[in-house]
Parts: sequence; C-alpha cells; structure tokens
Amino acid sequence: MKLDVFDKLKILTDAAKYDVACTSSGVNKRASAGGIGSAASCGICHSFSADGRCISLLKVLMTNVCAYDCQYCVNRRSNDTPRTSFTPRELAELTINFYRRNYIEGLFLSSGVLKDPDYTTERMLEALRILREEYRFSGYIHAKAIPGTNSALIARLGMLADRMSVNIELPSQNSLRLLAPDKSKHSILAPMGYIQNRIQENSKELVQYRSAPKFAPAGQSTQMIIGATPDTDFQILNLTESLYKKYKLKRVFFSAYMPVADNAMLPALNTKPPLLREHRLYQADWLLRYYGFAANELLDQQHQSFNPYIDPKCNWALNHMEFFPVDVNRASYNSLLRVPGIGVLSAKRIITARRTTTLHFAGLKKLGVVLKRAQYFISCGGRQAEGLKFAPKTMLQSLLSDKTLTLYRQNFPEAPAEQMSLFDPPSMVQAQSMQEELRKCLTAPI
Amino acid sequence: MPNRSNLIYRYDGSFEGLLCCVFESYDQHEIPLDIFSPASLQTTLLPEKDIRTETAKANRVLASIPQKISPAALDFIKRAFLTCHAQKELYILLFLRMGYRYGASVMNMLTDDVVNTLFTAVKHLDKESHLFKGFIRFSVFNNALVAEIEPKNVVLPFLVRHFRERYPEERFLIYDKTHRMGLIYQPYQATIIPIEELDLPETDENERSFRELWQLFYDTIEIKERHNPKCRMSLMPKRYWKNMTEFGSAEEKPSVSRHGNDAVKSLNFKIAAEEKLLD
Ligand code: SF4
Repeated sequence: MKLDVFDKLKILTDAAKYDVACTSSGVNKRASAGGIGSAASCGICHSFSADGRCISLLKVLMTNVCAYDCQYCVNRRSNDTPRTSFTPRELAELTINFYRRNYIEGLFLSSGVLKDPDYTTERMLEALRILREEYRFSGYIHAKAIPGTNSALIARLGMLADRMSVNIELPSQNSLRLLAPDKSKHSILAPMGYIQNRIQENSKELVQYRSAPKFAPAGQSTQMIIGATPDTDFQILNLTESLYKKYKLKRVFFSAYMPVADNAMLPALNTKPPLLREHRLYQADWLLRYYGFAANELLDQQHQSFNPYIDPKCNWALNHMEFFPVDVNRASYNSLLRVPGIGVLSAKRIITARRTTTLHFAGLKKLGVVLKRAQYFISCGGRQAEGLKFAPKTMLQSLLSDKTLTLYRQNFPEAPAEQMSLFDPPSMVQAQSMQEELRKCLTAPI
Repeated sequence: MPNRSNLIYRYDGSFEGLLCCVFESYDQHEIPLDIFSPASLQTTLLPEKDIRTETAKANRVLASIPQKISPAALDFIKRAFLTCHAQKELYILLFLRMGYRYGASVMNMLTDDVVNTLFTAVKHLDKESHLFKGFIRFSVFNNALVAEIEPKNVVLPFLVRHFRERYPEERFLIYDKTHRMGLIYQPYQATIIPIEELDLPETDENERSFRELWQLFYDTIEIKERHNPKCRMSLMPKRYWKNMTEFGSAEEKPSVSRHGNDAVKSLNFKIAAEEKLLD
C-alpha cells in the first residue's frame, strides 16, 4: 500500500466531512451473480463518529482542487490548503476493500471542480464504472451532480448511482450571488430538474420493462447551509416544502454553518455552529414528511424563527389547544400524530391495541407514548389524566427536553422557580400568543 | 384457568423442549412458577419437575399454534425464544395460554403485561440484529472473512440473509462469542454451528493497512466543533466497540479450539448433510 493513499484519504475526507447527507436509504438490492454488495431501503449505519453522526458511506471527494470560489467552503480556490486527488482506480479499490470488511454500506462521492464541471464528472464516472462493471458492485452509491455539468454526463452518472444530489447550499438567490459567484439558482435547479425528469421517465420505463436499467433508484436529495446567511427558518422551511413537492426530493439536509473563512459577509470565525437551530429544522422537516404538517402551520410571516426552547410540534400544539384533548380511543391516526409525545410508532400501536381493549393511561406507556408530554393533550374515555396540573412550572418541565430546560435556566436564571414560565422572556418569539394559549390551557375543562 | 402452582419446570433448553413444557402445563392443568433451562444456574427450594422432550408432544403443540392462534404468533414466539429475556420461557408459555384463549387477536393486546414483555424483548432482539448488520467488522484471512461479535440475544439467524445477499461469492464466518456459535457461509450455503473457541492467524500487512486506513477515515470524518460523545454513546453503546476496527481492538490475539480453528483455517469444510441449511 502506498503511503500516498493515507495522505489522500486524510485530505479528501477532511474536505468532504461538512456534507451532512450520509444515509444509505431508499433502495433494496442484492448482489448480482458473481458480484458483491446489497442495499437495504431502511439504510444501515456502520458506525457513529465522535460527533454522534452516522457513518454509512465512505464519504470523500474525488479531488479538493476547485476552480470555484464559494466563500463558505473550505475548498474554495482562494483558500490556502493542501490539494490532492484520488485516481478513479485508487478510489474504487479503497471502496471495495472497506466494503468487504463491512466498514461501509457504499460510497458517497462528491468533488471540487477540477478544471470544469464536465471534466470532474468524467473522473467520477470512471471511478463508478470500475466499481459497477469491474467489481460488479451493487452496494450503495451516492453521487453529487456538480452544478454546470452537461446533462448527458448527469444522465450517465444517474445510471451508476443509487442516489444523486445537487446541493443548494444557500437558501436564497441573493445569498448565492454574494457568496457563490460561480453558481446561480439556475445552475443548481437545472440539474435537479433534469434528474427529476429522468427519474420519472425511468419509472415509466420500469413499468414497461421490468429489467430496464434504473436511474438513481434511491431518488435525489439536497443540502442547505444554516446560519451562514440571514435567511430565516420560515424561508428555509418553505423552500424545503416546495423542493419536496416540485422536485420530489427524498431528503433535504441541513448543515449548521461552521465558520471557515474570515469574510465580512459571513459569521465571524469564532461563531459557534447553530446546532439547536439545525435540530429544530430537522424536527420540522420530519413533521412535513411523516406527520402531515404543512410549513405554514409551523411558521408564518409573523413568526419566522423556531422557538429555541420548544420543539415545533409542541409549539404548534400549544398554539392550537382547541384541537385538544384528543381521545386516544377514537381519534384518527392523523390526529394522534399531532399529539406531543406520540410518534409514528406509538400512534400505530395505539390503533392496533385499541382493537382489543379500551385504552387507559397506564397502558399508553407500554405503547411507547411519552405520557409526561402527551398527558396535557389527550383523554381516555372522556377523562384527562388524574391529578393533571396545568401549572406553568410543571408544564415547563414536562414539555421541554432536559437539555432545553437547562438552557432555559441558564438564560433566565433570575426567574424564580414558582414564577418560571415559558412565556415571560422577551426573546420568546411567540410569547404573546403562547401566553394566551397557556391561559386557555390552564382553564380548559378537565 | 388453572392456578399458578409453585412448581418449577426444568427442560433441556431446546425449542422442542419448551413446547413440551406447554404440553405439560395443559395436560396437568398447572402453570409453573418459572421454567429453568440447563443454562440457568439458579437453584431453588421449590419443587421441581423435569420435563422430558418428546418430539410427538412438541409437534402437537407446534401444529396447534398457527391453527388456533396464528402463523404470526408462531413466528413471534420463535423470535422470543432467541431473546436474552431471563424468563422468556415462562412468558412464552403464558403468551401461548392467552393465545389459545383469545386467538389471533392476542398479537394486538399490546398493553397486556405478558404480551408487552415479549414484544419488548423481541424489539430488543430485532434492534440488536439490525445494529450488527452495520457494526460487524470482518478481517480478511486467507481471502476469507472472519468477524467476532458479542451480542446479548441470539442474532445470527437474523444475519444470514443479509450477509449472503451482500457477499454471495465470499467465504465468511461470524463468530458469536456469547453463545459460542458461528454462522458459516461458502457459496452458496450457510449454516450455524456450535463453536467452542476461535483461533485466528496473524493478520497480514494488507489487512493491517486497511484497518489503519479505516481508523484514519473514522478519526477524520468527525467535525470537531460538533464533538458529542454522549450522542455517539447512545447510538452506539460501548459494549459494541471492543470488536470494532475503528477502536483499534482488532489487533488482539485470540485463543484456540479445534472445531473453530479448522473452520477458519480453510473455511473449506464440508457442511454435513444432516446439518440444517438456512434459507
Ligand atoms: S464548487 Fe463546491 S468544492 Fe468548490 S468551492 Fe464551491 S462548494 Fe466548495
């Protein structure tokens, strides 16, 4: 083994790590005859790095040489950093050897722009060709489409990859113009639209000929950087929703901005990544995809940022107490999903369990319901939980996670415990309306 | 319904044996206080009853489950039997008694203590099996793949299909150190056999290089500003780390046994005709 590969792996991993997408989900496959590799549609995590993120794919760049100068990126042309490239064969061999040992589920291949987008994509194509044709590799491949690439090359990439992505990175055209001068809204959305069309055409082909070759069978995804630009949660969530609708994306990923450049247009170098904000966006994204919420139910023109202390679902619930309490023995699946403390799994279990018996509070715990939170929003047989107190202090403790409760107490240490209320601090975005809701909540007939 | 007696059943630890306990319980109109397998080291002052394993009785019980309860219930108790729940035998017996009474709907009675206990145990098994699909680390010896795991539940039967679809052309062995058994595969046959101990040869240069490359990747992929060891620990509890290459453990030198040793050295063994082949 050439020592060289160690250096390359280090540099090209380091340069790829800010891309957050790592799932290997969306497609079921088994190895073809004489080949190696399968995929499970639920995705498989092979490890977790010390930052708690799932490692499923060998996530590297083909090269970190880049002709572009996106200000938020470590690989930008103007950054003074060591540069290197894998040869397509080196990369294919590394992937197969990692795969054989079950280190990974497959490859996530992205790249800086070497010479131009087409040349770069051809190098990526060659690596994937070696894997698919020479090694007969059926494992998962996620390939990045580089904005500005010729659509004929993207078409070939999609025949080799399971999932494709084009990163939006910055959530508005204005931010793009300022910080990514070589890219434009068009150069990003054009390949996204092209990929979506091919996926659609392909699904028709597959209906006609079951053995038709598959184009990106695990769909496409994208990523947005959070906190590098003034774009609000409301804008980001709306964009996310329209991407799901218009481009049928499988996933939209959010990446808290890690300051990498001293630039007046970007947050200062010592700025902490907005992890809590990223977390809230993921929670909201989950609500869009699995819970039947619409973006404008969670945020609106007047409330453009998520509440840092309460998760978006709970926030919605507190603002819509007229919807509650929900009767767990009768409510529809969709209504159950709106209850804080009830998730997809526990909602399904409720539906199953109530076929044979009338549910009581004691039984709900066994179904995975987080009663501590749900108790304020549900009833069993027309009654709410016995001894339920709608006092601000207890509600605060029940509805906030331990982490945000600590945060809240750090930020508002002067609030004496018995007066402590979610709704006092001026920074609370929806303070006003929530105060009313709490009052309603407090006086609701039990 | 018969009363709970203060009897303890002892059986031979096999699934058939457990079915015979169920037979006995109906035959004698009694419900034991607990059921001990040879693996349970417990001693008791309570009266014990040895339950003999008789295939005919076991088969009668086996056939009645899909008929009187449901095929799903049979699948479910088979899984439950492979869990690490300390009293799985007793709970399976109680579950079947409920099943004979309520029929297929017993599978919906999720708030019942017995049903819930078994569901929780099976969920734990399913979750652990799923995690091992990712956490297993193979090393290459003589071009065969070998991995060691220490699961709490008997997960090997749930890994067969996954790994044979992943590596159809490879020869591999997954050794479950906890239960001293191994999943052995060579194209295109898989079997699970008892293996007392496993001795692995020295790793070669090539193997060591890939381990180091993987460790390098693992350390580099972390975003240091997001360091969050607590989160990692909850998603990948520490007990898994010791057999994972990224934590540098794969270097340890193991010990010997006949059966396993032969199996690994060549991985060319014949799979005896009477050994049950897995799908
Ligand atoms: S094109 Fe990609 S790699 Fe190059 S600077 Fe922009 S974001 Fe970074």
